[in-house]
Amino acid sequence: MTLINDTHIEVNNLSFCRGERKIFDDLSLTIPRGKITAIMGPSGTGKTTLLKLIGGQLTPDQGSISVDGEVVHTLSRRRLFELRAKMGMLFQSGALFTDMTVSENVAFPLRVHTDLPDSVIGDLVLMKLNAVGLRGASELKPAELSGGMARRAALARAIALDPDFLMYDEPFAGQDPIAMGVLINLISHLNRALGHTSVIVSHDIQETLSIADYVYLISDGKVLAQGAPDQLNGSEDPRVEQFMKGRPDGPVPFHYPAQSFEEQLFGGSQ
Amino acid sequence: MRIRALEISVGALILAGLLALVALAINVSGLNLSQKGGGYTVYARFDNIGGLTERAKVSMSGVQIGQVSAIRIDRKRLMAEVEMQIFDDVDYLSIDSSAQILTAGLLGEKYIGITPGFEDDLLANGMTIEDTQSALVLEEIVGKFLFNKVSE
Amino acid sequence: MIQLLQKLGAKSVNRVAAVGRAGQLLSQSLIAKPAPMTMLPLLVRQLYFIGVLSLVIIIVSGLFIGMVLGLQGYTILVDYGSEQAVGQMVALSLVRELAPVVTALLFAGRAGSAVTAEIGLMKATEQLASYEMIGVDPMRRIIAPRLWAGFISMPLLSMIFAIVGIWGGSLVAVDWLGIFSGSFWANMQASVSFSEDVLNGVIKSLVFGFVVIWIAVFQGNDCVPTSEGISQATTRTVVYSSLAILGLDFLLTAMMFGDF
Repeated sequence: MTLINDTHIEVNNLSFCRGERKIFDDLSLTIPRGKITAIMGPSGTGKTTLLKLIGGQLTPDQGSISVDGEVVHTLSRRRLFELRAKMGMLFQSGALFTDMTVSENVAFPLRVHTDLPDSVIGDLVLMKLNAVGLRGASELKPAELSGGMARRAALARAIALDPDFLMYDEPFAGQDPIAMGVLINLISHLNRALGHTSVIVSHDIQETLSIADYVYLISDGKVLAQGAPDQLNGSEDPRVEQFMKGRPDGPVPFHYPAQSFEEQLFGGSQ
Repeated sequence: MRIRALEISVGALILAGLLALVALAINVSGLNLSQKGGGYTVYARFDNIGGLTERAKVSMSGVQIGQVSAIRIDRKRLMAEVEMQIFDDVDYLSIDSSAQILTAGLLGEKYIGITPGFEDDLLANGMTIEDTQSALVLEEIVGKFLFNKVSE
Repeated sequence: MIQLLQKLGAKSVNRVAAVGRAGQLLSQSLIAKPAPMTMLPLLVRQLYFIGVLSLVIIIVSGLFIGMVLGLQGYTILVDYGSEQAVGQMVALSLVRELAPVVTALLFAGRAGSAVTAEIGLMKATEQLASYEMIGVDPMRRIIAPRLWAGFISMPLLSMIFAIVGIWGGSLVAVDWLGIFSGSFWANMQASVSFSEDVLNGVIKSLVFGFVVIWIAVFQGNDCVPTSEGISQATTRTVVYSSLAILGLDFLLTAMMFGDF
């Protein structure tokens, strides 16, 4: 716990339900400033939902989330949009605006939040695109990009305003090994160069652990384990072990809950 | 350059729509701005208006000179009273003009036909045409015809 | 039985909630401080996609419907010897009914479904969420220009439909069937009133345009963000708009031309 000396985001006793299903149950965690924090867990544990809660797109049922000491869901719409100007988010699908070119996409947050003249914005866009290696693709439409390039372009847009805080939603999902390597490098380089706080939500264990400073493992709406990557790798907890090693059966059962197999097979004939 | 083409096409759409409205107003509905608001009011009483409606034409020798603006019952005389707006430039109707309810074609609309008189005094705003002839009602004509046949 | 009632109840509650969300969408997108400098280019763009791109289908349909009306009107009226009234028939049926209604139906199929699919796709690819995270309200940036564009283009399209249809009718009746053009136009002008027929037609098309585009953006914004959800939402847009148009048309006609 010595790693956490300056808290950027604090999640306190968070509960959130979607319909009947409880996604978070009394979840608490803190995200340190300037580090890469990974939030991992099996699919369907609501990792993306957590990012949406932090961004204020959803409202918690109980508990609170504070960013820089401000409780997100109590902010007025205007204050919330001001806070979001300091956040960047890389969506799973990239979410580039399909009716704009790559450079227009990157310029968009700058045009909305600043009054800079066009020439300055053009220079800034070139810098951001250069950082992700897509300076040459600036006039392409998002539909013309490959998946990995689209995600890099979206990353350039996410860092356009030099945010304090950057959220990555499944940045490695569905990428080929080369694109994945490029993204891993980019995320850790950008974090070091720009000094912002990064939160990565992912279930790609090895890739995420290789760059994360601190890891939370979430399951069934609660924090299952936390610590530095090495601590989690060496964990004795069978549930943590199953996830980290990717074993098909264990505390998280292979079978969906059902009556016993024998009973169902032979039960009908009696 | 592409944005300009887009703007031009949108401008063309809006202009085409407005032009269509103008064409509808002038060509289709025959709206004539100079007739609007003008005109003086003349009344006429009929025993039976037989299907005359508001907005029906008032014409003289087949030329429209005004339109029916209101129809009501005159409570004292218990007759239909028709209020007409006659265009301002029609300033030659003498006070002994007569009004008839006529039908345009076999199934056409009812309208009022004015036949000018010979007096020197002219009809003015609020005056009443005394000499009127009611609409022909088919049942009455048939009735008269049968009555005449029987009495022959 | 109880289960059936329960299901029915849950369904109705969901419907009421959907109407509520649709109202919320309307208020969030339209009640805003006007920002003409950012709004205008977006509006022009949407006018192009919603209005200009619907123009061809509107003109072609209007022309054919007017020609059919001229032909049918002639064959019916010629039996009564009053084929001169064909101009009046074509103009009144177009201006009062067919122009607003058919334009709105075509508009729902052409522009409404496209708007639903586009917004649904934006939702599925997280573009709407992305606007929010950048700090731009998608209600104002995405929804509002489309609502206004639909509201503005529908009456324009409807009037173009009417005028093209009347021209098509005159083409058949005057040029092909040989009705004297003077009586064709005079009969029409005598019976069509600007304030009652033309303006009522415009009012109808305004109402239809508003309802169609509202349904379209709502279905897009409210869809399940998957490819299946988008296709269902697109179908719903066309079905709901068509029903709304025909139902509202009866209501409006009764209010405008009925005697109560």
